[in-house]
Amino acid sequence: MQFLNGITLLLVYQLVGEVTVRLAGVPIPGPVLGMVMLFITLWIRGQAPESVEQASSALLAHLSLLFVPAGVGMMAHFDRIADEWIPITFALLLSTVITMVVTALVMQLTTRWLVKPVAATEEQGHE
Amino acid sequence: MNEPGLRDIWVYLSTSPLLGLTITLVAYGLAYRFYLRTDSNPLANPVVTSVAMLIGLLMLTGTSYSDYFEGGQFVHFLLGPATVALAVPLYQQFSRLRQLWLPVTISLFCGVVIAAGSSIGLARLLGGSPEIQMSLAPKSATAPVAMGISEKIGGLPSLTAVLVVATGITGAVLGTKLFEWIRVRDDAAKGIAMGVAAHGIGTARAFQVSSQMGAFSGLAMALSAFATALLVPWLVDLIEYLLPV
Repeated sequence: MQFLNGITLLLVYQLVGEVTVRLAGVPIPGPVLGMVMLFITLWIRGQAPESVEQASSALLAHLSLLFVPAGVGMMAHFDRIADEWIPITFALLLSTVITMVVTALVMQLTTRWLVKPVAATEEQGHE
Repeated sequence: MNEPGLRDIWVYLSTSPLLGLTITLVAYGLAYRFYLRTDSNPLANPVVTSVAMLIGLLMLTGTSYSDYFEGGQFVHFLLGPATVALAVPLYQQFSRLRQLWLPVTISLFCGVVIAAGSSIGLARLLGGSPEIQMSLAPKSATAPVAMGISEKIGGLPSLTAVLVVATGITGAVLGTKLFEWIRVRDDAAKGIAMGVAAHGIGTARAFQVSSQMGAFSGLAMALSAFATALLVPWLVDLIEYLLPV
């Protein structure tokens, strides 16, 4: 029952998100608005209910499975991908590598510069 | 006498969602087991193996993608509630996030802008059509978000979904090696980079490295879904303005 309540709640937030986005003409996708609204709800309540936690960890534990049908969609785009495989392959690979390297370095450097004292005490506290 | 019977069964199966849904789960189950057998070698990423198995099977049996998707859509649909579900890890990591809010905000902004900007720029440089450029732009965001943005900026949502998966796989396969090379060892930095660049598939990989890295990756994926939705349409306009074709 817990799981069912949790999944229902997630769907309700997604539904409200989708409807709001369409009514208000906001340029963000419905599930993202649903996520923001759920986050605000959890924040106001000061805790995540067991049911939502269960449903959320069940969905997120097998997150890669959910991408499989979209990946199989490659077969519907074989022609297009074959036509433009050079820009697709190189832009995708290089851009992903650049994004990961730059983001990791920026995060590491800004953490060192901006929050070093706090982070250090926090880590000591944990150990 | 056997022939028509078998054909009837095939006619039933090929038009019912049952088969598509079942083979998706079976293929993923096998792929995941294989992945564990290889000691979670990133090259044996279960998404790669299961997609390859499914495409092979569909082509062998002459089944179209739209027939397969009758069943596959049930799994695909769950990406929406899974995006909403990201609010939970986000909330649970909120105290760490608050402490690191400034580095996280800066890295996230850089990551999202670079992910979209570099893919449009590189695709344009290599002679990709405008449709390809726009389909690539939101590739680092999780699938439902990326598809929504792709539609808004003039890409092909279904092609974007494929590119999103390919991006996630690239990140999951290369991520840990890349971080070793550039000597980034902090789980927060690795997780943020993984989540920004490679969304859910990267996050699944991050959780195998450490739960801390996974949490940060999930957090980055949630925040970058939001940031990508806000920034990318605006970034596309800016690029069009600065570098008209």
